[in-house]
Amino acid sequence: MSEVLLDIKNLKTSFRIKDHHYAAVDDVTLTVKKNEVLAIVGESGSGKSAFAFSIMGLHTRAKIEGEINYKGSNLVQAGPNQMKKLRGKEMGMIFQDALSALNPLMVVGAQIDEAIFLHNPKSSKNLRKLQVINLLNQVGIPRPEKTYHQYPHELSGGMRQRIVIAMAISNQPELLIADEPTTALDVTIQSQILDLIKELKETIHAGIILITHDLGVVAEMADRVAVMYAGQIVEIADVYTLMENPQHPYTRSLLNSIPTLNDVKEELHVIQGVVPSLQNLPRTGCRFASRIPWIEESEHEASPELHEISPGHYVRCTCYKDFYFPEQAEEERNYVAN
Amino acid sequence: MSLIEVENLKVHFPVRGGVFQTVKDHVRAVDGVSFSIEQGQTYGLVGESGSGKTTTGRAIIGLNDITSGKVMFEGRDLASVSKKEYIDVRKDIQMIFQDPFSSLNPKKRVADIVAEPLRNYENLSPKEERVRIQELMELVGLSPESIYKYPHEFSGGQRQRIGIARAIALNPKLIIADEPVSALDVSVQAQVLNFMREIQKELNLTYLFISHDLGIIRHMCDHIGIMYKGRYVEHGTSEEIFTNPQHIYTKRLIAAIPDSNPRNREMHYENRKLVKTEYDKLEKDFFDEEGLPFSLKSISATHQVALPERG
Repeated sequence: MSEVLLDIKNLKTSFRIKDHHYAAVDDVTLTVKKNEVLAIVGESGSGKSAFAFSIMGLHTRAKIEGEINYKGSNLVQAGPNQMKKLRGKEMGMIFQDALSALNPLMVVGAQIDEAIFLHNPKSSKNLRKLQVINLLNQVGIPRPEKTYHQYPHELSGGMRQRIVIAMAISNQPELLIADEPTTALDVTIQSQILDLIKELKETIHAGIILITHDLGVVAEMADRVAVMYAGQIVEIADVYTLMENPQHPYTRSLLNSIPTLNDVKEELHVIQGVVPSLQNLPRTGCRFASRIPWIEESEHEASPELHEISPGHYVRCTCYKDFYFPEQAEEERNYVAN
Repeated sequence: MSLIEVENLKVHFPVRGGVFQTVKDHVRAVDGVSFSIEQGQTYGLVGESGSGKTTTGRAIIGLNDITSGKVMFEGRDLASVSKKEYIDVRKDIQMIFQDPFSSLNPKKRVADIVAEPLRNYENLSPKEERVRIQELMELVGLSPESIYKYPHEFSGGQRQRIGIARAIALNPKLIIADEPVSALDVSVQAQVLNFMREIQKELNLTYLFISHDLGIIRHMCDHIGIMYKGRYVEHGTSEEIFTNPQHIYTKRLIAAIPDSNPRNREMHYENRKLVKTEYDKLEKDFFDEEGLPFSLKSISATHQVALPERG
């Protein structure tokens, strides 16, 4: 559990927009340990997918700075050939949209076969076929021999996602990145896929980076959680601490804004404003400040950093200390008035 | 009296084939659905993709042809009214679509988008029209100056508000909201949901809320119908469905919702497995030979379940 698999330091991924580079992932430092699920949560535009793509080396035009240390080598400096060897072998990725991740003109069995073949060119064809059937079994496909010869369009959404997962784990990866693996699926299928990933984690002992915006999924799956906002990690902690004792205003707002089954609220909390776009993002000061305008300027730090407030629990900026929700203030005012 | 009563609604799509493109079979997208909604309430229609929930909504508003059955809206049967009469009714039923990025015409200004229903039904002078649009914009919380902008200049949540402004422009009685927040971020979701509840109170609106997200359904709805393969498996108040689900399918659906408390994780996982085994064991009893649910039987005044024939 404690062995560090991936050590990311000051990762910065910038995209060029009209002659300027804007960082979508801004100075992210974190580690992924073996056999753990690290969830990365955030709204769209927070940079969570850009972060995952940086690790896999899938950006073609982005400027990537910092360090991604994996087994003693820095992947930021790795050439395309080295990345090719790692990708699909030691690092697997599960994409959100299974239909566009699969080749529509190839039967699914051949696609998984290809993933194995690329990394073991000398393996025998019959052996590979056995392997593929095994994999299909492992991801819970009822009739693997039949499914082997089917095209993606013949399969349901849940089945397709299982194929993508089978492909991702075909070479026993040590690191698995799941980018919104269940967003496109129905609830019942979602729970099946999540259970599958959980079970696979037990068998392949990989480190898993789970990217999602669904806090329910986080609560079900994650060991540790990093909350991202505007390209930065604003809070990182183990899942229990984060869900039960969230500190950063963004985490707290996010948790308050989802309807839950157990307690039915009259009104959901609304985070004011919108996620700033890449170009208009304030690069100094607390990036969340504009969305909590009722908090005084002096509460924020000039250049917010992650503070370790308890072992393993980091929070960015000092504004969390006296943070309150405006509704709360209203209630207090009413209370005093009465 | 209920505002809308749907009785044994069926929507079948023909499957054509052969040399002469003759009708070979039918896809029974909606196969005998009945429910009613009281004025001012929110009715939730839940189901997986392909269960027919969207088709039901579209049939009510006239976007899909009704094969058989009745849709009584204020005493008039929408399935059999003439085209001319229908135009009249159509004013009182509006729709909010799922994807705010494709449901607004990108070439039109917001003013024209929101004005479209007004232009269809009301003879307003340009000045009156502008005043009305600005009122609507204010109502949905957008600045009145923004009416001259184009949809791409707005965020997802704001676009959904424009869609809502368009839907409420004619003071409708019933709004069909088809997955109104599925395409939005969590924080924006909350904003749109809160807002929908606000205007519901303000304008005494009735919602038919179609969604696959049970958390949102629980938050929004008074009554819920669970659909499976075009039929109902369970119907009841929000409380009944979530605390006392009877059908194995409903149970499975509810067990599948992620629990937001990580400490319940193991328990939840075990429970899900348990429900799954129960489902596998009882699947034959709860569905007929074609895998369809049986007809509904009342187990209390408000709670109906598609229990097996033998009981």
